[in-house]
Amino acid sequence: MKSPREIEIMRRGGKITARVLQMLLETARPGMTTRELDRLAERGIRERGGIPTFKGYNGFPASICASVNDQVVHGIPGDYVLKEGDLLSLDIGTTFEGYVSDSAASIGIGNVSKDASELMRVTQECLMIGIAQMQTGNRLQDIGHAIQQHAEGHGYGVVRTLVGHGIGRQMHEEPQVPNYGKAGQGVVLRPGLCLAIEPMITQGTHQVETLKDGWTVVTADGKLAAHFEHTVALTEEGPRILTLRDHFEHGDVVRYRPKEEIAA
Amino acid sequence: MARKRRGRPERRGGKRATRPGSETPKEEAIEVEGTIVEPLPNAMFRVELANGHRVLAHVSGKIRMNFIRILPGDRVLVELSPYDLTHGRITYRYK
Repeated sequence: MKSPREIEIMRRGGKITARVLQMLLETARPGMTTRELDRLAERGIRERGGIPTFKGYNGFPASICASVNDQVVHGIPGDYVLKEGDLLSLDIGTTFEGYVSDSAASIGIGNVSKDASELMRVTQECLMIGIAQMQTGNRLQDIGHAIQQHAEGHGYGVVRTLVGHGIGRQMHEEPQVPNYGKAGQGVVLRPGLCLAIEPMITQGTHQVETLKDGWTVVTADGKLAAHFEHTVALTEEGPRILTLRDHFEHGDVVRYRPKEEIAA
Repeated sequence: MARKRRGRPERRGGKRATRPGSETPKEEAIEVEGTIVEPLPNAMFRVELANGHRVLAHVSGKIRMNFIRILPGDRVLVELSPYDLTHGRITYRYK
């Protein structure tokens, strides 16, 4: 449970997360490596007064997770060169004045297949539908239930071995927030609760495997996966997204900003 | 960053792998329903039975293994030994 004062700090931190994530989404393009994106992210976060939360978290070596195509989450940025048609999921976390905000989004690199953009659209809808369930008096699993209904209604799989989480002074706090569940089960939601809601939706099976690097999670059947995440606070007035981006929430993003502009 | 799921959160307070009575009662145990009055140390509970008696009950091993949380006010199934009716064993927590 967080006080309004704590939520205000998290909102300011969330703004950094949102800005940097948006910058990355606008920058990612064919020919770029995911390591370049990671560098941009780390600099972007530090310039704005934050600390990249992921770096060193349980030994994670980078500031963002960059997961391409069948990689669901926790991809380690490296020498992978993005190419036209890739589905890229970026996950980023910022610690600001001791509080963490965490957000993720998927984006197509150049023109992607219809199936891939449909998957991304539905995953983003899942996130919003889940957030809409975060109301005082609702129960925790109402969130997962709504997400599961929507995703499975489109024939997609809902990853079960990874879940959203409470968030605050630590990136991972109680409770766990699964993206599946039974309506009416779980703890009752009350104002002051802060959650990172993050549906991970796959085209095929919900089964996933972890690669030898100990981090990268891929779909067991090699099909595409998408991932969207927001840090959300439940206030007296209802759910408040702390990592809302200025635009892009509905895809109207300025793509391919020149690199020089980013560097400036 | 997504969190690795621990335990089986969907089970918590939800459906259980086994049903009441599936744990073999020790010979001639008496099964009664009761309500938790207060938690005590060492996973013991004061339970008020349907007949109004208050007994000291501990949590059965199986129920502990499944991380089932028992709180005051929960309805539970208690096995009583016919030799000592003041001590019991909690074998099931109703939803």
